Amino acid sequence: MSDITQFRADTRAWLEENCPPSMREPVRSDKDVTWGGRNPTYANPDQKLWLDRMAERGWTVPDWPTAYGGGGLAPAEAKVLREEMAAINARNPLYSFGISMLGPALLKYGTEEQKQEHLPKIARGEIRWCQGYSEPGAGSDLAGLQTSAVPDGDDFIVNGQKVWTSYADKADWIFCLVRTDRTCKQAGISFLLFDMASPGVTTRPIKLISGNSPFCETFFDDVRVPKANLVGELNRGWDVAKYLLGHEREMISGMGLTSDRPLIDRAVETVGLDAQGRLADPMLRAAIATFDVRARAFAAMSERFRDELKANRAHPAQPSMMKYVGTELNKTRHELTMAAGGSDLIEWEGADSNDGATARAWLRTKANSIEGGTSEIQLNIVARRILDLPTQ
Amino acid sequence: MPLFLNEDQTMLADTAREFLNEAAPVAHLRALRDADDPTGFDRDLWAKFAEMGFTGMMVPESAGGLGLGHVEAGIVLEEIGRNLSPSPFLATSVAAVAALTGTTAGERWLCEIAAGRTVAALAIDERAKHGDSIALKAERAGNGFRLSGTKQFVAHGHVADLILVVARTAGSAEDKDGLTLFALSADTPGLTADPRRLVDSSIAARLTFDNVMVDGDAVVGAVDDGSTPLGRLLSAARTGAAAESLGLGDGAATRTLDYLRQRKQFGQTIGSFQALQHRAAHLYAELEVARAAVLKAQQLLDEAHPDADLAVSVAKAMAGMAATLSVQEAVQMHGGIGMTDAADIGFFMKRARVLTEMFGDIGYHSDRVARAGGY
Repeated sequence: MSDITQFRADTRAWLEENCPPSMREPVRSDKDVTWGGRNPTYANPDQKLWLDRMAERGWTVPDWPTAYGGGGLAPAEAKVLREEMAAINARNPLYSFGISMLGPALLKYGTEEQKQEHLPKIARGEIRWCQGYSEPGAGSDLAGLQTSAVPDGDDFIVNGQKVWTSYADKADWIFCLVRTDRTCKQAGISFLLFDMASPGVTTRPIKLISGNSPFCETFFDDVRVPKANLVGELNRGWDVAKYLLGHEREMISGMGLTSDRPLIDRAVETVGLDAQGRLADPMLRAAIATFDVRARAFAAMSERFRDELKANRAHPAQPSMMKYVGTELNKTRHELTMAAGGSDLIEWEGADSNDGATARAWLRTKANSIEGGTSEIQLNIVARRILDLPTQ
Repeated sequence: MPLFLNEDQTMLADTAREFLNEAAPVAHLRALRDADDPTGFDRDLWAKFAEMGFTGMMVPESAGGLGLGHVEAGIVLEEIGRNLSPSPFLATSVAAVAALTGTTAGERWLCEIAAGRTVAALAIDERAKHGDSIALKAERAGNGFRLSGTKQFVAHGHVADLILVVARTAGSAEDKDGLTLFALSADTPGLTADPRRLVDSSIAARLTFDNVMVDGDAVVGAVDDGSTPLGRLLSAARTGAAAESLGLGDGAATRTLDYLRQRKQFGQTIGSFQALQHRAAHLYAELEVARAAVLKAQQLLDEAHPDADLAVSVAKAMAGMAATLSVQEAVQMHGGIGMTDAADIGFFMKRARVLTEMFGDIGYHSDRVARAGGY
């Protein structure tokens, strides 16, 4: 038996033994998602069990080095683990901006002390991170940000405001872009880490069209941050920021990979099947089938992208294309789901609609093609950096 | 297995690209069309395919081929698509070989195909839309069968040496079972071909089987079990057509990008306009999605994976969507010049229509995906 075949057999056996049955059920609402942090919430004790078991093996971050709490798996092994988890519908044990965004940036740009300090806590889900990027005046033009960090002895003093800070009210630490030089745009930005419990940090949730508040406004009023928390060089934070954005876009594109089963099941439940086993509404069926083809093709593109990334063959702007396709696809999925559910799904309250959970999720997806850089920004990046089209 | 080409496959891609770009670029197709060539492809080019080993690339080594798989065949087809090179490669060296491999009938034909001496044609469709219903009848007669009925959209059917025809030996037209695949020599009495030039200048025939007598040796696989070799044939043909569509879409997009970098209006290169950049970037993304879907199908077919059949339909539908978009965008972004016969881009538009229709269009394959998903 080859090593990888053996690894697959061992992994399958371990997952079978250790993944609790309830962790093989689809995620039905935000409550089912494990975020970890200093004040973790679990809808179900199995969530914690599953997180702890996976973290112990380093499998919350299978391809990070073991020295930092990772699994130390080779690309082929990490792929096998993903495949075997998918085969039993195992839930992701830990959703974390630390894993999907900060971790890769720290691995590339962090000092050894920063890696030792932060990565193992991310891997174990002990610290929950948020991202301080956008500001009221700096959205698509992110490098126009104004939040300032002024040196003061061994510290920086941070003042300013961030917006669209995902889960800032629940996060323990923030990775934050700050202006350390007003004379240059991109080359005046630095990348800082600090504790959200620091004096001078306040957050205010923003109520969205979904009725939920996944985003906050975040205010910094003379927040003192040790200079040791600077990642990368002073005024070179834009490099770190862009690298991290690539990972953020890759993560967001993953929304395109959500299972199509709930959509199809919903359509079957609403309109039924005809004698040939086809959805009784042929127009809805055709729309879902076209989407299904695209979703399956996108899954192949995601697999290809990950394989290329691990082999260092991916174009650096490739995440922009993935993000564009994945988010547009996810919006379509939710539009179709609402159409499939008809008037049942537009009930905003009551047990039948789980308090409008599907409708709220549908509304939430409208941000997918805005957050992390709009679809139009991604197309700009693809046109210029991959297709090499000229600027005006 | 990672979802990108390995080193050997990348080398093959370089070889195929260089060869087809040299031996059969779009100018080659244009010359054949302008000469009103009655064959539909150039036999000298086919001889070069044989010299390169392409004709027998999927034929087992024991029968004189290279024993390569769908990924490798797809590499050649992508370059065929990019250059719009007319050849019987897809029908002969991919689909027919996939059907014949491992069968008794294959012992007669595979070696001939590998050597470049036999061109095959696929007699599958009976209506204007590819479908699963087969009415052409094969009745037992003596030691063999008597075939009666018609087929259409048979590429190279008027010049092929070998005809693979699917016929009904039991049941009625809509039944899934009761089919038999036959491999017969094109000069069998009673078989006539009525060639039609298609929109892309290729030639496909309407075939009439008028009491065509074949003996039992002509059966590919087993009687009444035609769906097994036909399944191999169609998977190979569909995946191959998807690869060719992808190459075509990529070729049209590349030409369009070149045009965007070079054409000036309002004193500027039109490729600097955001309206056109976004169209081009969206097209690029669509082609990349299709590329992944096509490679996935090829790899799964080569692994004989149970999900291969579904992946094939995803690939054919997605490549059809991407190629169709690519040729629309190509003509639009070329502007008026794209509408002229002098520009090559129109040839891409025409070939894309033919390839999208072959072996099931976007709707047919989306329907298959839906059925596989239980809805």
